[in-house]
Amino acid sequence: MNTVLLRRRIIDILTLVFAMAATAFGLFWLVWILFTTFVQGLQALNLDLFTEMTPPPGGEGGLLNAFYGSAMMILLAVLIGTPIGIAAGTYLAEHGRNTKLASTVRFINDILLSAPSIVIGLFVYELAVRTIGHFSGYAGALALAIILIPIIVRTSEESLRLVPNQMREAGFALGLPRWKLTSQIIYKSAMSGLVTGILLGLARISGETAPLLFTALNNQFWNPDLSGPMANVPVVIFQYAMSPYDSWHALAWAGALVLTVFVLTLGLLVRFLARKRSSR
Amino acid sequence: MGFLAAARAFTVRRGPPDVSAPGRAGGGWKDALFEHGTAAATWLVLFLLIGIAASMAWGGRLAFQTFGFDFLTSAEWDPVAGNFGALVPIYGTLVTSVIALIIAVPVSIGIALFLTDIAPQWMRGPIGVAVELLAAIPSIIYGMWGLFVFAPFLAEHVEPWLNETIGTWPLIGPLFSGPPIGIGMLPAGIVLGVMIIPFIAAVARDVFNAVPSGIREAAIALGATRWEMLSRVTLPYTRSAIVGAIFLGLGRALGETMAVTFVIGNSHELSPSLLMPGNSIAAAIANEFTEADTELYRSSLIALAFLLFVITFIILSIAKLMLRRMERLSGKTQ
Repeated sequence: MNTVLLRRRIIDILTLVFAMAATAFGLFWLVWILFTTFVQGLQALNLDLFTEMTPPPGGEGGLLNAFYGSAMMILLAVLIGTPIGIAAGTYLAEHGRNTKLASTVRFINDILLSAPSIVIGLFVYELAVRTIGHFSGYAGALALAIILIPIIVRTSEESLRLVPNQMREAGFALGLPRWKLTSQIIYKSAMSGLVTGILLGLARISGETAPLLFTALNNQFWNPDLSGPMANVPVVIFQYAMSPYDSWHALAWAGALVLTVFVLTLGLLVRFLARKRSSR
Repeated sequence: MGFLAAARAFTVRRGPPDVSAPGRAGGGWKDALFEHGTAAATWLVLFLLIGIAASMAWGGRLAFQTFGFDFLTSAEWDPVAGNFGALVPIYGTLVTSVIALIIAVPVSIGIALFLTDIAPQWMRGPIGVAVELLAAIPSIIYGMWGLFVFAPFLAEHVEPWLNETIGTWPLIGPLFSGPPIGIGMLPAGIVLGVMIIPFIAAVARDVFNAVPSGIREAAIALGATRWEMLSRVTLPYTRSAIVGAIFLGLGRALGETMAVTFVIGNSHELSPSLLMPGNSIAAAIANEFTEADTELYRSSLIALAFLLFVITFIILSIAKLMLRRMERLSGKTQ
């Protein structure tokens, strides 16, 4: 075999090896991180986690108030963010598809999708904490909603655009006014896409920590009132993991496990729904 | 899967041709309400961005007024004396992001190559999902794992070795010598690198797939090897989109907060060694904001956030513009 051919063949094999090694490298971290989370989390998992409040330093307890706080804030964020996001997505896909506003907002929205969430936390601090004078669950929910909105805008625009134009034409041919067409026909046929978008946003905001640090803060005690500082899972994990106490570390791992399982389950569900949709 | 919606946002937009022509007359006030309502929500997205930038600029004005341009160049960060300079966090943000890119770019391109060219068909789906799961893991989990597992591992096995080998080299030696504590800019950069792999890999895979099969087949017909195809056909064809993907990853790395906060060490000392604790803009804000007890301290942290927001806005805009060409190309081929 001549040397040029040999060299090309060796480089070809090296490329193959490199691509496989790169993939193995990526998967290696996934396995390592998930393995650690499961091993540490399962050791610390017990029923108290869901029935007891967050303990004082070094004490035993659970994360009930944190789960409750997270659930309330996420729920409220979804209630605020979904209508706004779907409305803007509707404008981008239907009414204003080719307007200057639409192309500007598409650009802006894609940037907001990747904007640093800590800055959004500070924005809400300036907007809703400093002006009112204290941290609150409402502020936390607002921060999460601001993170949610670009995700919903993006996914709803995409799923509305997948609705075939014949549908709109048929609606117009029947003499439907535009609002009726959109709300009763277009939304219905894009429903699975819209739901997927919400689930996706839900998964994303469930793990967000940075925007809650200066908005909801934290609260060691049971507090059903959203107008005061509120415990939530990510911030409790952060605080407990950074502490010197072993019992707090264990709780942080247990919380991390629950959070990871929740987020990954949602993620795989989204994936499943998307696949079902595209195969239809 | 969609955790990469942020990545996908930068690539392909599919959709039917335009039907945005207004509906027939007769919808009356309900039509007007619907249209104006959705337009208002759209304006809100725009105002959100403007509002964030303006509120950070407003919140940071005290720091900018007090320190002027020195805010960017001073390495001093002394809450007691009330002297604040952003050099250390800016430096740490840039250094950790560069380390992240050095790791993530080749790996992501390798993964994209594997998923588009090498892996057998049945393997592409599951491996693609697995890589995307890396983006689904919340950053706080990365941080905990980094602090409790990765940092001790580095301190015990990797950093002593770095000290003995690369640490003794001229020029780059000082970068890799220092106490093996496992917390610092190098660990933060590595964790960041892992976190942005799925974003760059997803975009790279999409754009590799968008290369017209005609020119790929032409290269194969001419006898190109895998490397020749990648280096002379795929990469040149997708160059601007790949640069866009890299900038997208960079934008993510710059703003990532929790994972970095756990492992960077939160130190305001400027150190040449990557093994020493440092700080990043986001980590400094996360660590110190609730403790900031003076107006100037708080304002300085908000000024940092303003800088971060402006930098990431620019980087992400570049990413978006670089990917736009690819968007048009793939729009045409479909």
